[in-house]
Amino acid sequence: MSTSNIVRSPAGSSTPSPANPFTSTADLPRAPDGFIQFIAPDGQLRTDTDVDRDALGRLTRDLYRGMRLARRLDDEAFALQRQGELGLWLQCRGQEAAQVGSIAAVRADDYVFPSYREHAAALWRGIRPADLLRQWRGVANSGWDPEPYSFHIYTLVLAAQLLHATGYALGVQRDGSDTVVVAYFGDGAASEGDASEAMNIAATNDAPVLFFCQDNHWAISTASSSQSRTPIHRRGAGFGLRSEWVDGNDVLAVYAVTSALTEHVRSGGGPALIEATTYRMGGHSTSDDPTRYRTDSELEAWRAKDPLARVEALLRAEGWSDTAFLDEIQAEADELADRTRRECLALQAPDLADAFATVLADVPQLLQEEHDAFVAYRDSFLD
Amino acid sequence: MLTLCHALNSGLRRAMEDDAKVMLLGEDIGRLGGVFRVTDGLQKDFGKARVMDSTLAESGIIGTAIGLALRGYRPVCEIQFDGFVYPAFNQIVSQLAKMRARTNGRTSLPVVVRIPVGGGIGAVEHHSESNEAYFAHTAGLRVVYCSSADDAHWMIRQAIAGDDPVIFYEPKRRYWMKGEVTPEDEGPPRPLDRAHIVRRGSDVTLLTYGGMVATCLAAAEAAAEAAAEDGRDVEVVDLRSISPLDVRTIEESVRRTGRAVVVHEAPTFAGFGAEVAAQVMTRCFYSLEAPVERVGGFNLPYPPAKVEEEYLPDLDRILDAVDRVLAA
Ligand SMILES: Cc1ncc(C[n+]2csc(CCOP(=O)(O)OP(=O)(O)O)c2C)c(N)n1
Repeated sequence: MSTSNIVRSPAGSSTPSPANPFTSTADLPRAPDGFIQFIAPDGQLRTDTDVDRDALGRLTRDLYRGMRLARRLDDEAFALQRQGELGLWLQCRGQEAAQVGSIAAVRADDYVFPSYREHAAALWRGIRPADLLRQWRGVANSGWDPEPYSFHIYTLVLAAQLLHATGYALGVQRDGSDTVVVAYFGDGAASEGDASEAMNIAATNDAPVLFFCQDNHWAISTASSSQSRTPIHRRGAGFGLRSEWVDGNDVLAVYAVTSALTEHVRSGGGPALIEATTYRMGGHSTSDDPTRYRTDSELEAWRAKDPLARVEALLRAEGWSDTAFLDEIQAEADELADRTRRECLALQAPDLADAFATVLADVPQLLQEEHDAFVAYRDSFLD
Repeated sequence: MLTLCHALNSGLRRAMEDDAKVMLLGEDIGRLGGVFRVTDGLQKDFGKARVMDSTLAESGIIGTAIGLALRGYRPVCEIQFDGFVYPAFNQIVSQLAKMRARTNGRTSLPVVVRIPVGGGIGAVEHHSESNEAYFAHTAGLRVVYCSSADDAHWMIRQAIAGDDPVIFYEPKRRYWMKGEVTPEDEGPPRPLDRAHIVRRGSDVTLLTYGGMVATCLAAAEAAAEAAAEDGRDVEVVDLRSISPLDVRTIEESVRRTGRAVVVHEAPTFAGFGAEVAAQVMTRCFYSLEAPVERVGGFNLPYPPAKVEEEYLPDLDRILDAVDRVLAA
């Protein structure tokens, strides 16, 4: 088990993560449904393994903090969209455990290919709110420089990033590095040809890549049950990947299984896949009307499994949190919301004239002429 | 009066009533009615076998539509957004477009691929592309654009009734634009590949299609208001079908006005306007008073929403080009 497991804090500075109290997936507890689960929906710890309780407490507090901050950012961005400050926002509400649990379990230099809803993971990696909102405010096509965060820009064309991740992993393999490549995707994206091609290429080449599927039950209006007749983890296994199924609303279970499978990939065991069963509590995007396709009772049933409430109940039950701890997070969340709003409002439209320089390494003559004509035309209005 | 979106819905409904072999497939087209609600209510009325929510796989949608067509069905596919047709590109250009020629004309593939197209609605990346030139360049496809409610209503039915594969573009910024729709039994059926002179004028012809038709009409109106001083009488031709191209209507108009400006949203470089300009040059050279101008996007990936208005042709840029050809 890796001991140099350094993660960046949501504020952007690096903090050492607590020692990993888990050792393997062999002894991970399973819920009656069959997936790996540590915290029952009522907050009871479902483990009789000999994990170090103190370490588990510290870990749980860290993860809780990441989840709370992510939800606060998500809520603030949603509000900003409703106030007309963002053109669009895709909420990650409900998926905080799947994202924080997985990102916290990998090394800070493990390279991540997100899809487009991984705000909680991005925040954990230290990406600033302004950079997260840029694309959705319509002032840029992508938000951040991937390099310092080992976190690639969002991919909107479904499943394309799974092949990029696989290729990156082939490079890692050739470099003899022990980096693991992590790729997030959804239950809908799993139906794209690119997803199958990526898993197959990864498997046949033993590429060091971990595919992480968040099955949030809906691809816009299409239920995952009509997207696929086989659970994604069974499909992963069919391609020859080491595959596991986890309760995606249980942050400890996600952390544990991701730690174990990352280790498996890092130590040369070949590619792996995790299917995390979770739920998208908001609409698909701020333009979506989810009442057209799903029921209130379904939403209520999932509210009862809210990943944040579950950790809170656990923290209370185990005596791992106190008022000072909760107040501190509250203050931090308030500050984050404030910063998100401030940074969002400060994001200005780009200068279209600058775009001409970003298309090719050198600007060819015709493009230069288009640029010059555009600038001259625009300037003709100024006087 | 119907919106263009409702006109498409009513056209699809009529086509499904008229022919039991017509079926729809696409992402989220069933209970949701599509992200733009073009197929709203159709699954309820025609059932899941005829209005199929497909899995999230564009190559899968077009590939299975080809199979359905081989079996005698008339599939109408919805691609959710312009930027998501590329995973299906291989099926469209290598299979859908070429099957008739590959079977020496024996096999028809009456597949319609509906694509909401273009910008102007403040969307994020991959949701505002104009990719008609890729498909117009592929022999074996018909490529058409509707621009008004009336055209949308009858063009979708003509597209479905025909035996060729059709890329059917719907300018998403005009989905909510209202217009009269000609009642079913009035007038002869209109052929799918005829251009339409939507405004008569004598000084210059604007050759355009899709979302830019309304913009060009507005530019023509603005020019007419100023006509007292500088006498600009602008004709607007909606090409409707860009492949095949109705060169007869183009020729007739440009010969009369002597000047032509092609307007589209896509980048002008290797854009469809280049073909139109070349056709005009070859066919109307001796009637031309000025070189053909093109107004379109720049050779850049579609820019972020906050600057798309600068990227897209607007009244000023169109009138500027009109000035240039009139000054020549
Ligand atoms: C190739 C492609 N086709 C269609 C879309 C439109 N689209 C965007 S998100 C989405 C649903 C994706 O569902 P899923 O993969 O489960 O991820 P989730 O949004 O639930 O996180 C669709 C159909 C797209 N972005 N890319």
